[in-house]
Amino acid sequence: MAAKPIKLRAKLSGDTVKVKAILNHPMESGNRKDPEGNTIPAHFIQNVTCKMGDETILDADFGGGVSKNPYIAFEFTGGQKGEEIVMSWLDNKGETASATGKIK
Amino acid sequence: MKLDVKRRVLLKGSFVAGTLGVAVATGLLTPRTALAAWPRQAFTEKQTAAVLQSLFGTEGAEESNQIKFEKPADIAEDGSKVRVRISTTLPAPESISILAPKNPVTLVANFKLSKRSTGFAETNIKMGATGPLVAIVKSGGKLYMTSKEVQVTAGGCGS
Repeated sequence: MAAKPIKLRAKLSGDTVKVKAILNHPMESGNRKDPEGNTIPAHFIQNVTCKMGDETILDADFGGGVSKNPYIAFEFTGGQKGEEIVMSWLDNKGETASATGKIK
Repeated sequence: MKLDVKRRVLLKGSFVAGTLGVAVATGLLTPRTALAAWPRQAFTEKQTAAVLQSLFGTEGAEESNQIKFEKPADIAEDGSKVRVRISTTLPAPESISILAPKNPVTLVANFKLSKRSTGFAETNIKMGATGPLVAIVKSGGKLYMTSKEVQVTAGGCGS
């Protein structure tokens, strides 16, 4: 089975929710060459958003300098246990993926 | 002459609109993503000042001890995966940006934060060689920065 496009965790401690995610993506910068010397085309996530309801709680722009299978973490306040958050990514080829997680 | 320039702009403009229109029509891009502008220019600039100018419209960033690189340590063994953790105690941080000026592309990531943010961002980045990492935080409409020299044992731009 292929890896999930996004592994998402959100945990409340005190009044802060910590969100951690792993995005499954090759993150080819477009600066690498294959063994024959051909440039490997760029293929990387350009944007990651995370929403709680209608509210955007993170909007991140990435370049090809973010590592393969990006790990990201951030924190926000005001989330309650059981509330849903949705994370989505969009890459330079227009491919997207999203995942929903509940605050634990 | 003036007319010519205008015609150029017009042609260029309609070309862009046409391409986007096709992308939307073929389902390559949803209208939302077509509108959300990825800052292409900022991701091509080499100089830190130029990146800041492109992203924020200003080059000046004031050195601040209220931004911390909690990670990485002084030495990164694997340049293909360097954990970067930035926290800031600056009030109402609007964004946290990570720059690696020695990389082929200086700007690595720009986290635009909501007003609920605690001023914390973490990710893994590639570092091609030993050099500085720069963190930029926008707070109260102003830019603040800190930097850290990281020694890379094995470069990561080949991965």
